[in-house]
Amino acid sequence: MSWGFLRDILSGVNKYSTGIGRIWLAIVFIFRLLVYVVAAEHVWKDEQKEFECNIRQPGCENVCFDHFFPISQIRLWALQLIMVSTPSLLVVLHVAYRESREKRLKKKLYKTPGSMDGGLLCTYLISLIFKTGFEIGFLVLFYTLYGGFNVPRLVKCDMRPCPNTVDCYISKPTEKKVFLYFVVVTSSLCIVLNVCELSYLIFKYTIKCCLERYEKKIQTMKSECQKLKYVPAETASTALLHSNASPELVNMPDKPESNLPTDLREG
Amino acid sequence: MDWGTLQNILGSVNKHSTSIGKIWLTVLFIFRVMILVVAAERVWGDEQSDFVCNTLQPGCKNVCYDHFFPISHIRLWALQLIFVSTPALLVAMHIAHRRHEKKRQLTSGEKVDIEELNKQKFHIQGSLWWTYTCSILFRIIFEAVFMYVFYVMYDGYQMPQLLKCSAWPCPNIVDCFVSRPTEKTMFTIFMLSVSGVCMLLNVAEMCYLVIKFCMKAPRKPATLK
Repeated sequence: MSWGFLRDILSGVNKYSTGIGRIWLAIVFIFRLLVYVVAAEHVWKDEQKEFECNIRQPGCENVCFDHFFPISQIRLWALQLIMVSTPSLLVVLHVAYRESREKRLKKKLYKTPGSMDGGLLCTYLISLIFKTGFEIGFLVLFYTLYGGFNVPRLVKCDMRPCPNTVDCYISKPTEKKVFLYFVVVTSSLCIVLNVCELSYLIFKYTIKCCLERYEKKIQTMKSECQKLKYVPAETASTALLHSNASPELVNMPDKPESNLPTDLREG
Repeated sequence: MDWGTLQNILGSVNKHSTSIGKIWLTVLFIFRVMILVVAAERVWGDEQSDFVCNTLQPGCKNVCYDHFFPISHIRLWALQLIFVSTPALLVAMHIAHRRHEKKRQLTSGEKVDIEELNKQKFHIQGSLWWTYTCSILFRIIFEAVFMYVFYVMYDGYQMPQLLKCSAWPCPNIVDCFVSRPTEKTMFTIFMLSVSGVCMLLNVAEMCYLVIKFCMKAPRKPATLK
């Protein structure tokens, strides 16, 4: 069980995503997961061993490290990657549910189980909202836990059992800061992509709905128009047959309107 | 999740590349990624623990290390390799888009053999030529930028044996000793040379594509006659 497992699961989401969704997935795999595994993990590898305080008091370093890093930035980054990737699984589950439903009822219920309409569209939109929510949530958490995205070289600690205010030095602060900025930039880019995808889908399906309604309206209007067009000819011919009209009027076969009702009836 | 994932992604682009592109990919994976993983990471593995300063002042070593190595060589190389490989994704996306379009055209008429469609090679023509050329241009730019960043950050490409540090809380100018400086210098020069070779290959590929494009254009009016 490792990051490869998450990668394999997310690769399945690719076929049911839009173009923007695929770009998002590529950014998550390459600029977040891969950078995390091959580079960032090593930067935070010895963070506690290399955390040094200007004191010999046993326990002071441990207490100070715990105070300034309640949860390590690298672990928070890992949690963020997992939480942000999992809403996409809702889409995979919904498609699997559709396929099992078709199998159970043994008939074709959908154009294809992966076609983006109806319930699957709602699931996709919900997953986008959750993804964006998690991204923003984690960025806010990073900001509040560490007082911004800065990693200072020196922190002053006065927790017990430290006898007084003690200087503690964080290892590789500049390198950590660079990677934190990297996290912020890639997160923001993913938020922008999610918002664009959400807007695009809402816009596309609103236009589609409006067009369908407009077409239905046009069709109903057309059929009403056609009914109105033939009604005067019919009433006129019946009136002529029943009234005391002159023979000339009755024997007028070349009038076009009188032919139409019979054509329509035969059609 | 490791360099193998990148290899799989880039491998799919490989069959649509030119011969120079295939050589570039081989050089990238054998002389850069593999060297980074099997050798360079071990050399830089103990870089901070074996960085020793001639003082007992707590915190001085941390501060001096951070001052002289704002971002480690190994991490910079890893980022360089990732950034230099990513433009190939543009080509992969364009090919996937073309395949998708072809599938849509064929499903309306004939039966589609998806396996055959996936294995089909696309020639670098039309809009794919532009995407491919842009990706090579981006590769060259990223290589150049990273080489410049290395030069500026480390004041050249040599790893010194001794550094003099006077950052607070070090009490005065303190001597700090870098671990394995000669080995690190050798690897730095090696990685730099291979970067240079990759850049030359990219420039050659770009020239080849431009010449091919220019040679094709004047032939068209001749065939029409």
